[in-house]
Amino acid sequence: METILVSLAGGLLQAFEPLNLFMIFAGCLAGLFVGCMPGLGSVNGVAILLPVTFLVPPTAAIIFLAALYYGAMYGGAISSITLGIPGASTAVATVFDGRPMAQQGKADKALMAAAIASFIGGTVSIILFTLFAPPLAAFALKFGPQEEFALMLLAFATFIGLGGDDIPKTIFSILLGLVMAAIGFDIISGQPRMIFFDMVEFQRGIGFLVLAIGIYGIGEMLWTLESTKGKVQMHSVNITWARMKENFGQIKDYINSTWVGSVLGFFVGTLPAAGATPASLMSYGLSKTFSKDPDSFGKGNVAGVAAPEAANNAASTGSMLPMITLGIPGSPTTAILLGGMIIWGLRPGPLLFTESPDFVWGLIGSMYIANVATVLLNLALIPVFIRVLAMPFTLLTPIIFMLCVLGVFATTDRMFDTWIMLILGVGGYLLRKLNYPVAPAVLAIVLGPLAERSLRQSLISSQGDVTTFITRPISLTCVILALLLISYPLIQKFIRARKANETAA
Amino acid sequence: MSIMKTLTVSALALAVSAPAALAEWQPRKPVEFIIMAGTGGGADQIARLLQGLIEKKNLSPRPFIPINKPGGSGAEALRYLQDKAGDDHTVMMTLNSFYTTPIIQEDLGVDVTQFTPIGLMAMDTFLLWVNTDRDDINDLDSYVAAVKGAGLDWKVGGTGSGQEDSVLTAMMEAAFDYEVTYIPFPGGGTVAKNLIGNQIDSTVNNPSEQMEFYRAGNSKPLVQFTGERMEAFPDTPTAKELGVDIEYYMQRSVNGPPGMSEEAVVWYTNLFQELFNSQEWQDFCTSDGLTCDNFLNGADLGEFHATQVVAHKNLIEQVGAEAITGE
Repeated sequence: METILVSLAGGLLQAFEPLNLFMIFAGCLAGLFVGCMPGLGSVNGVAILLPVTFLVPPTAAIIFLAALYYGAMYGGAISSITLGIPGASTAVATVFDGRPMAQQGKADKALMAAAIASFIGGTVSIILFTLFAPPLAAFALKFGPQEEFALMLLAFATFIGLGGDDIPKTIFSILLGLVMAAIGFDIISGQPRMIFFDMVEFQRGIGFLVLAIGIYGIGEMLWTLESTKGKVQMHSVNITWARMKENFGQIKDYINSTWVGSVLGFFVGTLPAAGATPASLMSYGLSKTFSKDPDSFGKGNVAGVAAPEAANNAASTGSMLPMITLGIPGSPTTAILLGGMIIWGLRPGPLLFTESPDFVWGLIGSMYIANVATVLLNLALIPVFIRVLAMPFTLLTPIIFMLCVLGVFATTDRMFDTWIMLILGVGGYLLRKLNYPVAPAVLAIVLGPLAERSLRQSLISSQGDVTTFITRPISLTCVILALLLISYPLIQKFIRARKANETAA
Repeated sequence: MSIMKTLTVSALALAVSAPAALAEWQPRKPVEFIIMAGTGGGADQIARLLQGLIEKKNLSPRPFIPINKPGGSGAEALRYLQDKAGDDHTVMMTLNSFYTTPIIQEDLGVDVTQFTPIGLMAMDTFLLWVNTDRDDINDLDSYVAAVKGAGLDWKVGGTGSGQEDSVLTAMMEAAFDYEVTYIPFPGGGTVAKNLIGNQIDSTVNNPSEQMEFYRAGNSKPLVQFTGERMEAFPDTPTAKELGVDIEYYMQRSVNGPPGMSEEAVVWYTNLFQELFNSQEWQDFCTSDGLTCDNFLNGADLGEFHATQVVAHKNLIEQVGAEAITGE
């Protein structure tokens, strides 16, 4: 414990060196920008700015990149809330409630909740990181394919809570997402599958962002057009000091969701291959399932903004853990950081903590500072962000449309995906008209491939014996939790129905 | 602010110092650096090291962006490169699945001899690894005995059916007359992690994938599948020393899509030649047990690919495609 504190103090001091401090602020700002631009996620940001880091020492370099990663997690929320298009895959869940809030003239509240939840998520996560890095790394090793699948089962169980009361429609939506996730190559045998009309373009599958931008960008735009007949008045907000203070006072509305999201996000983040996107989606689902007022989710509940934002920041810190201790990145962005570390002559692995303590603790120290820096920057910039909403709808809609098209093309570099995005957008709008929840489909396309791979790996290794999931302790725990989660809304519904009966009688 | 300044200054410096270079072909937009395997594996580490060196040494006016396409044992990446025919801003870091995947998946419609060979960076090696917890296994004989005792309960982790490690696993099955359960993971790094976590029993990882765990005392090599013992592993016998005729290498070459323009090929070849000759690359080769004596390029590399395709066809026929795909 003492050694941890001494090392941490050293790390913090290091983070306060002028160069490092400057790198933190520069990184956060750059991150905010790439995070809020659709199609420019932290992955691209880190990849593009990696060369800049060769001008400074390794510690300053990783501090810059980590701050950028962080800033992007905050930034993703901005376009999710103000424009309704997810700036990055990690911010999709933020759209669910952030967008409705903006439409109700509460964009400043949503942005503030996002910033504060991100701050808490990041801070909780980095404290856990500081205290428990080595034992957590050992725990991550216990996660074999069986545990991974059980965890995915748990994630799917949170979906049930996402769909509202209509469980058959939720399941339909999940299946739709799973079917789309299955397009491309079979992950075990490598054979092409579900290649519609034998078009080779389908071999590359349907990306998650293509679906998310289609449904939330285009679908939402059509929906708004129809429901308002074009006479939309976006609600701009005048930010006053009093209103800011009032917003601060509302923390209690979402603090519970924030804690849950923080801890959940951290753990999911530490597992190799999971990352911030599933973490934020799971956090949203959990928060809704256990909310006193689940029906208000998706209609502008501030807890629905806080939960995923806390989780994605917590997960981004968490995913540094397997990278540093095992040399295996927990997310696409940390994969690029890993590349950077190899070039700086650092070899991530079990020995990094003992061989390069200055580097590791400098990084950890900087994450504390980066969190403070980003939340301050964010709060200060809220008045700027919500200016977007003051734009007339006739101007804003074409901009959103352009950002959707650009965002998809920039990520995949294919016109084919852009067309698919537009088609899915129209499809999403129709589903919405028919009262199908679309969020479960979005979640399924993220988790489907992860679940499929771990399921098949587990069954290969157990030679087809399904009891393998309940004979391993961690896996069994997850399975039981998943079953409880699935039955929870049903039980709740049953109880409510009985109560209603009693009052009626 | 200062970043912009640095960028502008370096751009100016470049413009002043290299006016002659302006006439040549250069990337006009970021170059997609495709990796036909998952993150953390050997190919990934190498590609990311090369990308970093390109940036560090300022060898390209536009950045190289590494993109992992591990799907279908490299099928996704191969198909992607094929569809990029004629594109001058995409190159791919390949491994042996460059040969095996199109042989096993005939309907993929990819002929790798049509691709544009750029440069052979290294020949990578394979070792047989087990967790250090396995006190009962200390050499090849005790390993074979343990596998035979466990039968299909013996789990070998690899990077996918049809990948080179599955070929090597099939070769070992044939040589020692045993059968194992082969579990595919999305990359060499994940395989290594699962060995350390005792989720699988053995692997044939490349040295770079196990190096850090080996140094930390978490895993131990039993056999190396090379002609001679590597500098990095002086105490590990080769299979041939033990009387087992398995010698298998992995090529690590950079290739472009079919129909890349000649000017671009020249530029990329010079780039990778320079990287190959750099001290950093040669040091990496020594520490990670790669052989980097010869930089093959152009027609020589094309010929090398052609012979490798034939060799792998024979190999797959010998052990049977079913042994590799596990069907």
